Amino acid sequence: MALTDDQLQRYSRHIILKEIGVKGQKRLLNSSVLIIGAGGLGAPVGLYLAAAGIGKIGIADADDVDLSNLQRQVIHSTADIGKAKVSSAKESMLAINPEIEVDTYHDFVSASNILDMIRKYDFIIDGTDNFPAKFLINDACVLAEKPFSHAGIIRFKGQLMTYAPGKSPCYRCVFKTPPPPDAVPTCKQAGVIGAMGGVIGSLQAMEAVKYLTGIGDLLTGYLLTYDALKMEFRKIKLPFDKDCAVCGEHPAILSPIDYEQAVCAI
Amino acid sequence: MSDRIIAEINEIKEKIDITHLVCPMTFVKAKATIEELELGEILEIRLNDGEPVQNVPRSLKEDGQKVLKLKDNLDGTYTLYVRKDSE
Ligand SMILES: [Zn+2]
Repeated sequence: MALTDDQLQRYSRHIILKEIGVKGQKRLLNSSVLIIGAGGLGAPVGLYLAAAGIGKIGIADADDVDLSNLQRQVIHSTADIGKAKVSSAKESMLAINPEIEVDTYHDFVSASNILDMIRKYDFIIDGTDNFPAKFLINDACVLAEKPFSHAGIIRFKGQLMTYAPGKSPCYRCVFKTPPPPDAVPTCKQAGVIGAMGGVIGSLQAMEAVKYLTGIGDLLTGYLLTYDALKMEFRKIKLPFDKDCAVCGEHPAILSPIDYEQAVCAI
Repeated sequence: MSDRIIAEINEIKEKIDITHLVCPMTFVKAKATIEELELGEILEIRLNDGEPVQNVPRSLKEDGQKVLKLKDNLDGTYTLYVRKDSE
């Protein structure tokens, strides 16, 4: 179906790009992305993907908006305090772009629900703030053969990598197992500079758009790290681990696992 | 203008008028219409003198399309014939 004149205008800056054009924009309109976590990372991802016209966006988060979120979670406003983050995020995304569809999951991701959740989407965004969730998302995406963008932010640092099924090492190839609960501070205990979510989350949104339109080179097989205080980006090549417990030659993990979560992170 | 081009222009697939639009929607509308055509098909575009006539043909060329002819309508508008040469 041809785009309407309003759509041509809304997406004109995409359509002008030779790499995207009307074809690429139509692909975005027919795509779906699941954002797990409506926090510091999920906020810019949701805003940019809604603006980009991703046809269906799912957003999963069990929390309600708290005053302490607003320093960085730019998809929520002061008037949203006390609302479910997924509802607040949905309202913001639809306010930007009423022609998209937003599904909300007011729940923690767990071994029992994650496969059902990711199945319906073309690309997954890990915008969570804890290791158990990150390993869970990785394992589920490897098992279900879903591409995803991993990211983490803490203090003045951020990192991200992209996983493409069968084409790149996974998060577990690099990080093996979650650290013991409370061995590593979560961003709740350690703090995080507000714009870090904007920097790293925007890069995740960029990876999603590139994957969905099939343009450029993805951040697969690399970890990109950002140190804001040193103003330094580093792109580190990641090897496959043939003994990886989930994507290796003899995988031990055949279904998603729930790891114990640090008490204060729950 | 060669006979071949005249023959081609006689087989116009689609016509659009972008005289009511301003930059960049002039180019966006032209580009979007061309993307819906098959390779080799011809689009006739009516556009204004000034910025549109300077930029739209050039941008379509940069996109890999073939500008066949630009005709001055002597009323402040032009008619542009473009063949789709690139997906
Ligand atoms: Zn692996």
